[in-house]
Amino acid sequence: MLVLIGILIIIAGFLLRFNPLLVIMASALATGLAAGLDIAAIIAAFGKAFNDTRYVSIIWIVLPVIGLLEAYGLQQHARSLIDRMKGATLGRLLTGYLLLRQAMAAVGLTSVAGHAQTVRPLVAPMAEAAAEARNDALSDAQREEVKAFAAATDNVGLFFGEDIFLAIGSILLMKGVLDGYGYQIEPLHFSLWAIPTAVAAFLIHGFRLRRLERRMAQTPAGAETGA
Amino acid sequence: MITLEFVYILAGLTFAIFALLGLYDRTSPKRFGNAAFWGLLAVSMIVGDYLGDFGNGLLVLALVAIAGTGQICRAPGGDVPADVQAERAARHGPFLLVVALIIPAVALAGTFLFKWVPGLADPKQATLISLAIGVLIALAVAMARLRPAPLLPLQQGRRLLDAVGWAAILPQMLASLGAVFALAGVGEVVGGLIGTAIPEGSLFGATLAFGLGMALFTMVMGNAFAAFPVMLAAVGMPLLIEQYGGNPAVIAAIGMLAGFCGTLMTPMAANFNLVPAALLELKNPYGVIRAQVGTALPLLAVNILFIWLFAF
Repeated sequence: MLVLIGILIIIAGFLLRFNPLLVIMASALATGLAAGLDIAAIIAAFGKAFNDTRYVSIIWIVLPVIGLLEAYGLQQHARSLIDRMKGATLGRLLTGYLLLRQAMAAVGLTSVAGHAQTVRPLVAPMAEAAAEARNDALSDAQREEVKAFAAATDNVGLFFGEDIFLAIGSILLMKGVLDGYGYQIEPLHFSLWAIPTAVAAFLIHGFRLRRLERRMAQTPAGAETGA
Repeated sequence: MITLEFVYILAGLTFAIFALLGLYDRTSPKRFGNAAFWGLLAVSMIVGDYLGDFGNGLLVLALVAIAGTGQICRAPGGDVPADVQAERAARHGPFLLVVALIIPAVALAGTFLFKWVPGLADPKQATLISLAIGVLIALAVAMARLRPAPLLPLQQGRRLLDAVGWAAILPQMLASLGAVFALAGVGEVVGGLIGTAIPEGSLFGATLAFGLGMALFTMVMGNAFAAFPVMLAAVGMPLLIEQYGGNPAVIAAIGMLAGFCGTLMTPMAANFNLVPAALLELKNPYGVIRAQVGTALPLLAVNILFIWLFAF
C-alpha cells in the first residue's frame, strides 16, 4: 500500500501546479523508497528508462522547418486557403481531419501527422480562419477553444484509428499478455474489435464538432473581442 | 543501414545548436540556464547509450534541477511581424504548403519503401527514420528556394522550442516514472484494490469495474499500456474471461480502447495533452484536456457497453 504514495504526490503536485518535472522526480523517489529500493537504484532505473524512451523527444527536429515556413507566412497561407473555400466550415474542416487521421492511423501511419507536423502549422490556423469566417467578433476565449479542439481532434483520430492496424504496439502487447495466460489469439481479431469503437469515436466527436461550430458562430455578450 | 541512431544524432545536433544559439542570445535573461538545459538534452541524444544507467539518471536530475528552479525561459523578440509574414505568404504561399506536406509525404513513402526494400533502414523504425529524412529534404528544398539567412530555420526552431520549454521532456519523464512504478509494483497494488471493489456475482459490475479501472489507471499512469496487464490480471482474466467465459479478443481490444479514453483526460499523457497546449501557445495548459473530456466520457460508456454486449 505504501507504494501508492507516488500517485498521491503526482495528483497533489499537478493540482497545486508545482513544476511537473519536480513532482515527477519526487514521486519516483518516494515510490522507490517505499518499495525498499535504495536511492542509487532508483536514479539508475529512472535514467535507464529516460534513455530508452528518447524516441518520444525526436519529434522536435521538425521545428526548424516549421519555424522557417511560419516566418515566411505558412499560417497566413493556410488561413487564406480556408477563406477562399466557401464550404469549409469549422465543423466540416475538423471532421474531415478527424476522418483522415483515423484512416491513416488505421493503416499504421501514426507519425505522419501530429501536433508539431500538422496541427500547429496547418490545422489550427485553418480552424481559426474557418471560425472567423462565420464570426468576425471571435473572442480570445473562443479562439483558444478552437485551437484546443484542433489538437483534441488529432488525438481522438489517432487513438481510435491506430488499434485497427495489425502491427501497432498495443495489439502486440495484448497478444503477448494473453499468450502468457495460454490464449493464442490472432492479431486480426483485436483489430476487428477496434472498429466499433472507432465508428463510435467518429460519431461522438463529429457531433461535438458540429456543436462547436454553432457555439463559435456567436460571441457571448460581454466577452472581450480578439484582435 | 540507417538506424534510429542516425535520428538520435540528428536530434542531438539540433538541440546542441539550440543550446549554442541560446548561449549567445544576450536578450535572454536566463541564457546560461537555457544553454545548459538543451545542451544536456543534446548529450543525452548523442551519447546516452554510453553514459550508463546511473549516469543517465544524474543527467535527468540535472535537467530537473535546471528547469525546476526556473532557470530556463523564452527569450523576448524574434517574431517575424505579421505584415511581413502576410506579404511573404502572398508571394510564397503555395510553395510553403508544398514544403509543409513534404514531411508527411516522405514519412509515408519511406515507411513503405523501407519495409519493402530490406537493408536500407531498420524496418521497425521506418516511420521515425523517414520522418527525419523528410525534415532534411523539406529543409533543403525550402532553403534552396527561399534563400533565408542561413541560421533562420534554427533561430525560429529554437524560438518555438523555447515556447514549449521544459514541457518538451515531460513525456520522457513520465515514461520513466512509469518504469519506477513498475519496479515498485504499484500496478499490482492498484489492481488488487480494484479487484476487491467488485460486487460478487455481477457480470455487469465486473465489466464496469474493468472498463472504469482501465480508464482510471491509465489516467494515473498516463499510458494504457501500463494499465492493461494490471487490469487484465486483476479483473479481466479471473472474472470476465475465466468465470464468465467472455471472448478474450473483445475484452482485450475494447478494454484497451477504454484505457485510451483515460489517456484523453489526464495531464500524465503529456505528449498528447500538455505539449500541444504549449505548442499552440494556449493560456490554459489543460485546454486540450478540457476539449477532450466531452468526447472521452461518452466514449468510455460506449466501450463498457460494447464489452458487455459483444463479449458474452
